[in-house]
Amino acid sequence: MFERLSVMLMKEFLELKRDRWAMFRLIVPLIIQMLVFGYAATFTVHHVATSILDLDQSQASRSLISHFVATSRFNVVDVTQNRDDITRDIDQSTATIAIVIHAGFGRTLGNGQSAPLQVIVDGTNSNTALIALGYLSQIVAQFSEDQSSRAANFRADTAVPEIGISLQARPWFNEGLDDRWFFIPGVIGTLTLLQVVSLTAFAIVREREVGTLEQIMVSPIRPVEFILGKTVPFFLIGLGDIALVSAFGIFWFHISFIGNPWIMLLGASLFLLAALGIGLLLSTFSRTQQQAFALNFFFVNPLFILSGFAFPIAAMPKLLQWFTVINPLRYFLVVIRAVFLKGVGFEVLWPDLAAMALLALVMLTVSVLRFRKSLD
Amino acid sequence: MSADAPAILAQALTKKFQSFTAVDHLDLSIAKGEIVGFIGPNGAGKSTTIRMLCGLLRPSEGSAQVAGFDVSSEAEAVREHIGYMSQKFSLYGDLTVRENLRFFGGIYRVARREIDERMKFAISMAGLEGREDRLVRTLAGGWKQRLALGCAILHRPPILFLDEPTSGVEPEARRRFWDLIHEFAADGVTILVSTHYMDEAEYCNRIALIDRGKLIAIGTPSELRAHQLGGELFEVGCAPLGAAMKALSDAPGVVDAAIFGDRLHVVLGAGGLDAADLPGFLGEHGIEVDQVRSVPPSLEDVFVQLVSGSPEERMIP
Repeated sequence: MFERLSVMLMKEFLELKRDRWAMFRLIVPLIIQMLVFGYAATFTVHHVATSILDLDQSQASRSLISHFVATSRFNVVDVTQNRDDITRDIDQSTATIAIVIHAGFGRTLGNGQSAPLQVIVDGTNSNTALIALGYLSQIVAQFSEDQSSRAANFRADTAVPEIGISLQARPWFNEGLDDRWFFIPGVIGTLTLLQVVSLTAFAIVREREVGTLEQIMVSPIRPVEFILGKTVPFFLIGLGDIALVSAFGIFWFHISFIGNPWIMLLGASLFLLAALGIGLLLSTFSRTQQQAFALNFFFVNPLFILSGFAFPIAAMPKLLQWFTVINPLRYFLVVIRAVFLKGVGFEVLWPDLAAMALLALVMLTVSVLRFRKSLD
Repeated sequence: MSADAPAILAQALTKKFQSFTAVDHLDLSIAKGEIVGFIGPNGAGKSTTIRMLCGLLRPSEGSAQVAGFDVSSEAEAVREHIGYMSQKFSLYGDLTVRENLRFFGGIYRVARREIDERMKFAISMAGLEGREDRLVRTLAGGWKQRLALGCAILHRPPILFLDEPTSGVEPEARRRFWDLIHEFAADGVTILVSTHYMDEAEYCNRIALIDRGKLIAIGTPSELRAHQLGGELFEVGCAPLGAAMKALSDAPGVVDAAIFGDRLHVVLGAGGLDAADLPGFLGEHGIEVDQVRSVPPSLEDVFVQLVSGSPEERMIP
């Protein structure tokens, strides 16, 4: 067993060593994708193009406008008194948001009454629209607080103490509510899954295509020896991937890592075994690299979308939620986010670790059984 | 396995791929130490038969024993006793000569104390001394072929299956390869080798002719030449060849007529045309004849004559 396994491993590492581009292929795309994800994958919205229709022209309306000008969240592109300009700005996407200050806005406020403020949003990108509306209500709330305190100052003698509830939000684990803290650990799992599944699937199919698999099948090697020989290198490469990309997240993007590295290693190992299982399973269904490519394309994207990487699993239809149960990435994302940000350990994460172990066991067993030493 | 039991025995061996029958009830018995040549056109079922005998494909019907083990139920035991060279070159191109040998030696678990000596033997057999550290993909065809043979015999298998081992190899290297095969046979190794080169058939102890999945004849080269033709063979130089073949196909006493290069080979049986009548007969059909001479039949003649089918399909590469 060990003799055959050791010559298999020696062969794999020699081939990897001879392949001059291998290191480049394995590392550079990972780092580039990590950078792209790290900078681009964010729900934070900055500089929302905003048009303002000021039909009031009062001190209050100008003060409100200055609130919008002062923040980097909004970029006031147009202040106008012509209603048609607003329609044009939204139609031509010059502005995403239009704020309409009706005539009498300042007077109504001066009377101590609440005044309506109209907001028109380009809902084409529902996500951006929602987030921008959130910022907008914060700014308006700030404005109205400023207004009422000023009014209170004027009538200091007659002031009635205002009663209100002020919300003191204190986010745990990610106090700055930085999206990157949420995304980067997810990116680590996702990139590793993509790389390990496709490497494994292609490696075996390639031997089949080149003809070397036939030469090996005709030998007395056992399927498990062959499969171990093919997968151990990818397991090690996968661990290297996770270490590299994690280090990048921690040192480049300054994501906190407060958990136990051993739990991370355990989670990563189980996850990699499951990913290898997926790759092997795909390879047993493919005769050619083209088929492997098609299968890879068909399976890996749903694994990514149905993992909770970006879209919450709880919001998915029941049927798709069931599918996520057999998705190892789903569990690994829980583990990796928890280890990075929350610092919780085995006592909390054991169900996810157990799920990955079970998935790995099932997929590896099925692929060893399916890998018969036969060409038909 | 007793001494006189066949090394390879196939009984009604059949392989069907969906509706296509690649190998059709093939019977074959090969004694220990024999070199048997598997001859037939591309797609005749040679590779499929060899793959079934190696346990790479499951027979649809029938059975086969190799080294006394059943290929379906005891495939692993069969694998311990055979060496196999597939039609496609299948060593690792990015590994050196020595690394490939060590890999296959390890896969076959050649004993540690033996491996160096076996590798040395394989390297000298393949004539690769001084090239031990060359990457295999940089070797010329003949060397690759001999190295593949070297990898297949490291574990001293008593039975060798060679599937078109010489295709795409230059004639000099082909001859050298056959010398090696004879050396192995002299040591008692049983060899089943497929080829579509007719000239190579002459190097075999026995020849199995296979066409469209069926075994159509088996025997020593001289047996096949003597008995299978069904008449006397004449070479006819004439033009145009196509018209001549057509005319002769239906003529009385003509067993067979086929184009061989720029000439016609005609087999004449008893009670019909004889050689002297040919110029006159063909002249009536407007065909000019330069020469008619008796020639000893080659295996190619035998094969062409045995293969039934339309004349266009009788061309053998």
